[in-house]
Amino acid sequence: MNQGSPAPKSPWTDATLVACVVAVDPTCGVVVKASAGPVRDQWLILVRGLLPRTMPWRRVPLHATDAQLLGGLDFAATLAAGRPIAERGLMAEADGGMLVLAMAERMTGLAAARFAAVLDHGAVVLERDGLTLRTPARFGVIALDEGAGGEERPPPAVLDRTAFHIDLGGIAFKDTSDHSCDAGEVAAARALLQHVRHSAESVDALCAAALALGIGSLRAPLFALRAARGLAALAGRIEVVPDDAAAAARLVLAPRATVFPLSERPPQVASEDKLPPDPHGSKTDDANQDAASESTHPLNDIVLTAAQAAIPAALLAQLQLGPAARLRAPSAGRSGAARSSPQHGRPVGVRNAARLDGNRLNIIETLRAAAPWQRLRRDPDGRAPSGDLKSGIAIRCQDFRVTRFKQRAQTTSIFVVDASGSAALHRLAEVKGAVELLLAECYVRRDQVALVAFRGRGAELVLPPTRSLVRAKRSLAGLPGGGATPLAAGIDAAARLADAIRRKGQSPLVILMTDGRANIARNGDPGRARAEADAVLSAQQLRMVGAATILVDTSPQPTSLAARLAGEMGARYLPLPHVDAVGLSNAILGLPALASRELSAR
Amino acid sequence: MTIVFPFTAIVGQDEIKLALMVAAIDPTVGGVLIFGDRGSGKSTAVRALAALLPKMRVVAGCRYGCDPADINALCTDCRAKTKGGVKSTLVPVPVVDLPLGATEDRVVGALDLERALAHGVKAFEPGLLARAHRGFLYIDEVNLLEDHLVDLLLDVAASGENVVEREGLSVRHAARFVLIGTGNPEEGDLRPQLLDRFGLLVEVRTSNDLQTRVEVVRRRDAFERDPVSFVANWEKQTARLRRRIVAARERLPTVALEQITLERAAKLCIALGTDGLRGELTLIRAARAVAALEQHSAVSDSHLRLVAPLALRHRLRRNPLDDAGSSARVERAVTELFGP
Repeated sequence: MNQGSPAPKSPWTDATLVACVVAVDPTCGVVVKASAGPVRDQWLILVRGLLPRTMPWRRVPLHATDAQLLGGLDFAATLAAGRPIAERGLMAEADGGMLVLAMAERMTGLAAARFAAVLDHGAVVLERDGLTLRTPARFGVIALDEGAGGEERPPPAVLDRTAFHIDLGGIAFKDTSDHSCDAGEVAAARALLQHVRHSAESVDALCAAALALGIGSLRAPLFALRAARGLAALAGRIEVVPDDAAAAARLVLAPRATVFPLSERPPQVASEDKLPPDPHGSKTDDANQDAASESTHPLNDIVLTAAQAAIPAALLAQLQLGPAARLRAPSAGRSGAARSSPQHGRPVGVRNAARLDGNRLNIIETLRAAAPWQRLRRDPDGRAPSGDLKSGIAIRCQDFRVTRFKQRAQTTSIFVVDASGSAALHRLAEVKGAVELLLAECYVRRDQVALVAFRGRGAELVLPPTRSLVRAKRSLAGLPGGGATPLAAGIDAAARLADAIRRKGQSPLVILMTDGRANIARNGDPGRARAEADAVLSAQQLRMVGAATILVDTSPQPTSLAARLAGEMGARYLPLPHVDAVGLSNAILGLPALASRELSAR
Repeated sequence: MTIVFPFTAIVGQDEIKLALMVAAIDPTVGGVLIFGDRGSGKSTAVRALAALLPKMRVVAGCRYGCDPADINALCTDCRAKTKGGVKSTLVPVPVVDLPLGATEDRVVGALDLERALAHGVKAFEPGLLARAHRGFLYIDEVNLLEDHLVDLLLDVAASGENVVEREGLSVRHAARFVLIGTGNPEEGDLRPQLLDRFGLLVEVRTSNDLQTRVEVVRRRDAFERDPVSFVANWEKQTARLRRRIVAARERLPTVALEQITLERAAKLCIALGTDGLRGELTLIRAARAVAALEQHSAVSDSHLRLVAPLALRHRLRRNPLDDAGSSARVERAVTELFGP
């Protein structure tokens, strides 16, 4: 019953608090990280119970089409009525309510951009299928994130536009019984919300905390401010008190932190606003905060401390590791993930198709083709020809239109780089240089690139398939070297990725850079013989995937090891004893044609 | 009509504002591309344009937004009607949003389905391009738009005319608009050919200055709580800026462009090794617009300096991996040429 108390509580208590704030102000969205299960269901039931019964609640399936999401022409109704009838999409239906995004971690950047546009506008702007509509759509978002690893996250556009990011991962079902508030309280708070005022200091404090935590987007402090008002309303206050601001910082800002504030405080923040009473710390610009100069300091501190204390443990570890580990901080983009599905290629126009032959009918174009003839096809007394319903549209098979897609065989180059100690010493820099040159080439061809590095005890997907050069370059530069050589794990990772790319209808090209030596077996045990045997096994499995493969032997003296490995995986073997970056990339250029050739031959 | 955040209330982001004003003063500079961080106010600035710009005169009821002053460029509909003189009305300058997921038929225009189905009439229904005529066409997340749509838009933007040949319709109408794109580089790059077609490129970052950020949050929050009075409070400043833009447009043809300025611009482009002449043209036009805005009678070095990064940074023959370098290179060349 006492939501106002500031101290961090058990994760479930925080989760219920978030549920309450979302119920008070639904436009504060929330990303819920949890695997599907009773705990998440319990949380969703809680939110639903706190919202008014009449409020729409729609669930968006992962692969919702544009027509489902945005709306479009209702084909059946159009045919029945003989005039275009629009169909509302899920987003318009959810106006004034909640939209639940299932499996948000697998959402494509394109779908996310549609949500972002509607969230920003408060309306669905539809320009499709011969319709121009603007339907109001103000809704709250609950994005369900079932991502397992660090890479699987909801798209940044969604993360940026939701206030809360909560993690129900560590909560046991037995802890989920207590609810700290009921629907009546929430309803009262909802009515109170518009009267809640906040002080200028709380704005200052939240902005300062966001800055100190390295949060670039200005949506974060805005959301924090709204959360603070929601919290105040929940507690029955019409004024935001420091506890509300602190709780808002804890709930909204902490999960977005990208730097650890103690070590990397921006200088002007540290000197001006962060240090508690400093005799010479008087403001240079008192204009904005007249009487507040002294009292802001404690509030700023309270807010920042609250946020800092609540940085999730995993994120904290990442932040303290420094910039290299931060590469994959939540803000990083993710362009590569399945931008276009195979049916969608690039439409290159529409053609007549008296027979469909398994193609999908383009309904709009078919209707358009049929439309001018309706008069002629009717009887003189205005009825449709025999057999048709009286108000229907007469469509003949010569009206059928199908969309032609031009499927550009997109290549994704997977670089598998040996970053272990033996290779790192003399090769890693050259390999990095070569990969950069190849990246430039991929950029020109609009190919995607991915980077797998193996060192120490396993392989890591350093860069999931992307077209963003900025990201590729950054992750490459931050690639650490050193450690043992788990070659088998590296090949396995490449095979998995290549297979996934194949399933998406693209052609993978694996470029493995290794000297063929290995000393960590598949199960993680050290031992050269076992490790090399495992590498051969992995190579055979990579061959089964059927991806075009190139093995670049990076050892100073070409060895039979690498050549044999190349044979096992059906790879083209490039021994480059004295390679430099330019030589290496020249050797590989032109080979991507290999990928498409192999694919078409299959 | 939803209320939009006023242009003048946007804190900082001077480069975005400058680029948009230049495009408003002289649409021939070509489009504006704004690349930058999330939550830095890109879309806010673009959407605020419609309320900022002075209203324009159109032929009443014209579906293509014809300019009554330009008798020769009237569309066929208007020409048929002009026998007894043209009636005109004032409308806000169109800032048309191209939503992601728009289909090609709505962009270029297509057979009017309703009239065709209900009445069997073959009529053309203009699309977004017609609506954007004499205004702005805004594409959010331009790097996520399908390639064929982007190509189409650039083609029309460059030629100023939309030619539709589909479904037995043959229509051509004027579509002169300024293309504005925004995007986040982390979602993927734009093709270099495409970059070159945008006149100005703005790179934005969120400010790291606490006071600026506090002010942004404050204003945004005040706007969200009471948009009507917030806009009213800023109307005076908006009106002042509007008058400046109107004055700049009138002044633009009279701004002198001396031989030495042209040579300076050419030298700068040569020093930077920009491809083609589009860079020089854009540089000169943008500098002239800035001179007009600042009520100068001639283009001077300071104007060139101000717009050089905007007009040139995306035209350098560059290593595509060199992500931070181009702005710095422009700065350096400018300093070398014009002195510190």
